[in-house]
Amino acid sequence: MIPIARHSVLRAARAQLQPTRKLSLPTSSALARLLSTLAVLEQRNGKLESSSFSAVAAALKLGGSVTGFVAGSGVKATSAAEAAKIKGVEKVLAVDNDAYEKGLAENYASLLVENIKKGEFTHVIAGHSAFGKSVLPRVAALLDVQQISDITGIESEDTFVRPIYAGNAILTVQSTDKIKVITVRGTAFQDVEVEGGSAEVVDGVDPNVPALTEWVSEELAKSERPELATATRVVSGGRGLKSKEEFDRLMLPLADSLGAAVGASRAAVDSGFADNSLQVGQTGKNVAPQLYLCAGISGAIQHLAGMKDSKVIAAINKDPEAPIFQVADVGLVGDLFDKVPELTEKLKSA
Amino acid sequence: MSGLRILVPVKRVIDYAIKPRINKAQTGVETAGVKHSLNPFDELSIEEAIRLRERKGPIKVEDILALSAGGPKTPDVLRTAMAMGADRAFHIDVPEKGDAGLEPLTIAKMLQAVVKEQNVNLVLLGKQAIDGDQGQTGQMLAGLLGWPQATQASKIEIKDEAGTIEVTHEVDGGVETLRTKLPMVITTDLRLNEPRYASLPNIMKAKKKPLEKKTLADLGVEDVRKLKTVKVTEPPPRKGGGKVEDVDGLIAKLKELGAL
Repeated sequence: MIPIARHSVLRAARAQLQPTRKLSLPTSSALARLLSTLAVLEQRNGKLESSSFSAVAAALKLGGSVTGFVAGSGVKATSAAEAAKIKGVEKVLAVDNDAYEKGLAENYASLLVENIKKGEFTHVIAGHSAFGKSVLPRVAALLDVQQISDITGIESEDTFVRPIYAGNAILTVQSTDKIKVITVRGTAFQDVEVEGGSAEVVDGVDPNVPALTEWVSEELAKSERPELATATRVVSGGRGLKSKEEFDRLMLPLADSLGAAVGASRAAVDSGFADNSLQVGQTGKNVAPQLYLCAGISGAIQHLAGMKDSKVIAAINKDPEAPIFQVADVGLVGDLFDKVPELTEKLKSA
Repeated sequence: MSGLRILVPVKRVIDYAIKPRINKAQTGVETAGVKHSLNPFDELSIEEAIRLRERKGPIKVEDILALSAGGPKTPDVLRTAMAMGADRAFHIDVPEKGDAGLEPLTIAKMLQAVVKEQNVNLVLLGKQAIDGDQGQTGQMLAGLLGWPQATQASKIEIKDEAGTIEVTHEVDGGVETLRTKLPMVITTDLRLNEPRYASLPNIMKAKKKPLEKKTLADLGVEDVRKLKTVKVTEPPPRKGGGKVEDVDGLIAKLKELGAL
């Protein structure tokens, strides 16, 4: 990959050499100096989550300076240090405090608001993960701005692209707010360089607002397989699998033969074949892997919303009229109970 | 805590099964003559409010107020909410301008005013409307009120008379349980419950339930639009690449496409 000059000076110079660049404001060089973005980084047990890298990728795309923000138990030595190495991040604000470890919206939003005000940021960006979805709108309301959710494109510093109606329409929207509060779709913003940066880690302000909620417990689906949202290959099953036993018997070996993550349609999740967190679609996860291979999924609008940006879509379904075949690059009409095991065997021996 | 006074904001949206069409001017989605229904996530919040009443938990449900903002057809969804079991409804009359309607921040401010005026102590909202797909209103409302929030709830339990409440909600890798105290704002996820159908007698009864019409001005809220629609376009079309005969054909095609 060609190393892209991320620093604002170079960026400004480059912008002047290319006056036709997309940033359509008066002068891009002046703009690059004025823009300052806070990328809200999500971390768990001292490690950055994939949504954090999407936030940084979008912030870098915007131009201007990029500051990372991370808070939690002992983050300075762990996730803040990790963030400091991301290429293009100029500074990392870190708040070491156990109170923020679980990312509870009430105190975390107040914390962010204080840091946004102090740093005079023009843009605040987080990934559209459960964390970003919960915290950022609260931040936006406290700042009295209208958030822009789940963007897939940046047209200029105030104009953004986002899917609406389950991805059946693409909205280009211009914000008139002074501070732009944005969540970004992970699959649309990738490719940050996690090494090579040398940002300074500094203490953020900590207003110590008491949490209104108490974290009780969590139950996370454990899996050795790649994470669904960021996997390069996804194998997904639907209602056609008929039961949890069949889902596990057929889909898991197929996933393993490809090194793929496992996903499911809403029908499969509702019927208890797979865990809720594996749901792909408008109300579940959005994925855009190199390969999305699905079996027993008809292809309802809501499901397509979550996977139609995949590079290659392959479908196995016994109904030749299933809508999934209208989007699949390759379709196989047949009984998945025969075809999936055969495919698994052939992939294994290949 | 004396009793639960629940506010359930609902939205009238294009039916989930309809594929929306973009208008010629590229300013929005064609809504005229298109089937509309109650936003699916809002059905879940109404259902949950009714179940809180039926469950007879430590705090009695005193009132379930459904509310919706929009044009002249908005009362349709409010009648549906009342047929399911809401006690009364507010229609906030907002003239239709042929655009996306009120922004979440404005709706949150409007709800904040209603919460105060009506002494509400629990607000149940859907996690997102399936038209705008923003997923913001509940969190914004909680922020404005300074109340605790739980998004994407899959289980809600009121533990005691003091208003301790436990909410299990969906997060990226599974579920998480939070404990807090009422008053609070909760947004609902698909797994929370299975909404009931309104029976014919209940639909008839709902016609007699009180439905009050109000304006934003009555609530002291201005219709501010901070986001300007530049354009609305079709997503890039994706064409099916045809079918193969057998598993070998599938593998060969995937190799050809560089996916294997």
